[in-house]
Amino acid sequence: MVALDAAFAPAPLKPARRSWREHSALPGFGGAFGFTLLYVGLIILLPLAALAARPWEHGLGGVVDAILQPRTLAALRLSFLAAAGAAVVNVLTGLLIAWVLTRYDFPGRGVVDALVDLPFALPTAVAGIALATLYSPGGWIGSLLQPVGLKVAYTPVGVFVALLAVGLPFVVRAVQPVLEDLDASLEEAAQTLGARPLQTFSRVILPALTPALLTGFALAFARGAGEYGSVIFIAGNMPGVSEIAPLVIVTRLEGYDYAGAASVGLAMLAVSLIVLVAVNSIQVALSRRGSR
Amino acid sequence: MSADLSRRGLLAASGAAALMTPGLVRAAAPPVALLNASYDPTREFYKDFNGLFAADWKKHGGGDVSVRQSHDGSGKQARAVVDGLEADVVTLALAYDIDAIAQRGLIDPKWQSRLPFNSAPYTSTIVFLVRKGNPKGIHDWLDLVRPGVQVITPNPKTSGGARWAYLAALGFATRHNGGDETRALGFVKGLYKNVPVLDTGARGSTTTFVQRGIGDVLLGWENEALLAIDEVGPGKFDIVRPSMSILAEPPVAVVDKVVDKHGTRRAAEAYLKLLFTEPAQDMAARHHFRARSRAVQARYADKFPALDLITIAKFGGWQAAQAKNFADGGSFDKIYQPG
Repeated sequence: MVALDAAFAPAPLKPARRSWREHSALPGFGGAFGFTLLYVGLIILLPLAALAARPWEHGLGGVVDAILQPRTLAALRLSFLAAAGAAVVNVLTGLLIAWVLTRYDFPGRGVVDALVDLPFALPTAVAGIALATLYSPGGWIGSLLQPVGLKVAYTPVGVFVALLAVGLPFVVRAVQPVLEDLDASLEEAAQTLGARPLQTFSRVILPALTPALLTGFALAFARGAGEYGSVIFIAGNMPGVSEIAPLVIVTRLEGYDYAGAASVGLAMLAVSLIVLVAVNSIQVALSRRGSR
Repeated sequence: MSADLSRRGLLAASGAAALMTPGLVRAAAPPVALLNASYDPTREFYKDFNGLFAADWKKHGGGDVSVRQSHDGSGKQARAVVDGLEADVVTLALAYDIDAIAQRGLIDPKWQSRLPFNSAPYTSTIVFLVRKGNPKGIHDWLDLVRPGVQVITPNPKTSGGARWAYLAALGFATRHNGGDETRALGFVKGLYKNVPVLDTGARGSTTTFVQRGIGDVLLGWENEALLAIDEVGPGKFDIVRPSMSILAEPPVAVVDKVVDKHGTRRAAEAYLKLLFTEPAQDMAARHHFRARSRAVQARYADKFPALDLITIAKFGGWQAAQAKNFADGGSFDKIYQPG
C-alpha cells in the first residue's frame, strides 16, 4: 500500500519561484521586493511592534500579573478552547461541504457555494445579533432547546456556536481548490487496485487534503480566538464563565489601563503564534514524508 | 442650504487658510464648526439642541455655526479624544471620563467648577423598568435579590450607566445595613447573582430586555427607561422608582487644547452655556433628562417624581469610587471571584 500511496500521490507542483540571484524573464525584482518589505512592515509588523512595546510600564511583573489574574486566565481559556473546538468541528463539516460542492452537481449548488462566504461578508455584529436572537430563550431555536434543558445563548456554548459560523468559510475555501485539482481518476485507480472505499479515503484522498485542512484549521482557530463582534452579543459576558479574552481587553481599556490591555493582547498573540507555528511545522513534516 | 452650511463649516475647521479665502466669508462673522463628542443616549437630544444653538449664535451676531455629533460609549469617546479626536466639547456620562482627558493635559484640571451645577446641565437617575403590570411585584432594591428574579443591567466595567447603577445599589445597601460595608457588598453580590447577561453598554441591555424579552427588571438610566416606553409604546412596560437612588450627573466640558488650536473657544463656551438656559432645559426634559432649572422641574413634575437621591460625593468622588469598585481587583471583581 505504501508503494501505491507514493505512485498515486499528486506530483508536487514545481513552484514558479526562483532564487533572487537568478535572472528573471521580467525585470523589477528590486522594486517589487522593496515594496513587499515596506508594505509588510507597515501593515503587519509596525502595529504588532507597537503592541509588543506597550505593556512594559510596570515591568515584566506587571505583565505577568495582568495575565495571571483568574478572570483573565478564565477568559483566555474560554477564547482558545472554544476557538479550537469550533475549528475541529469546522474541519469535519467544512470537508464534507467542500466535498459536496466539488464532487456533485445539484440544483442550487451555486447558491450554497455563495452562502458559505456569507460569514466573511456579513458585519460580525450583524451575525452576532442574529445568532443571539435565534438562540435566546424566546428565539426560534432557543425556544425549542429550552424544554430539553439546553441553553446556548448567554453561556459558553453560545461562544462555540458563534465561532462555528465564523470559522466555516475558512475551512471550506481552503479545502475546495485542492479537492477540485484532485483527479477523480486517482480514486478510480485505487478502487481497481482493490482498495475499499474507506481505504481510498484514508490513504489516497485524505493525505492530499491534509495540508489544506490544517491551513483551514489554523485560519479558523486564529480568527475565532480573536473574534469579538459576533460573540459579544450571544456570550452573556459573565466574568469567569462566558467572558471572552477580547472583552477583557476592552474592559481594561475602559478603565484606561492601556498596559493591562496590551498584556492580554500580547498573551493572545503569543498563543496564536505558537499554534500557527505548530500547524506549519506539521505541514512541513508531512510534505517531507510525502516527497520521500 | 444646510449642506452648503456644513461644507463651509468643515472648511473652516480644516484650517485658517479657508478663512483667508474671501469668497467663503459671506456673513459678518466667520463660520464656525464644532465637534461634540458625546455618549450614546444623548443622540436625540443634541440633534435638537444643535438647531437651537445655531439660531441663538446667529441671533447674537455670531454668524453661521454648524455642530457635528459623535456618539459612542462614554469611556470610548474619552479615549478617542485622548488619542487625537479633535472634539471641541465633550458631553459624557460621568466626570471620571472627563477627568481622564484632563489628566492627559487636554482640559484644565479645574474644569468641573467652570460651569454651574458641577458642569452637569441635566441629570438623570437609576430606575427599574419592569414588564406591564409588574408580575414579579418588584417595588424596591430588596426585591432585586429575591430568588427567581432576573435583573438585566450592563457591565459596570464597560458602561458608564452601569457604574451609576452599581453605586446606587451599593448606596442603598450601605444605608439599609446601617453602614456595614461587608453586608452592603453582600447585597450587591446577591443582586449581580441574579443577572444572567452582562451587556457591554446601556443600549445593549435595553435591547436584551425589551426586544429579546429576557429578565424581569431592567436596571438602568431613567432617560433610557422613558425612551423605551416612548419607542415600544406604554402598554408593555412600567417604570418603578425605588425608595432611593443616585443623582447621575453627566457633565460637559470645553476641550481647551482643541478649541485653542481651532480658534473656536468663544463658540464652544457659548454652546455649553446655552445648555443651562430655559429653552435648552425644557428640551432636555422633553428628551427624558431631569432639568436643573426649577421652573422646568415644576413643569415636568409628573414625568420626574421627586426621589431620595444620594450623590457621587457620598463615595468620595469618581476617582475614589472607581479605584475602590471598578478597578482590577475592586469590589465588582470580588463578586465574580469563585468561592
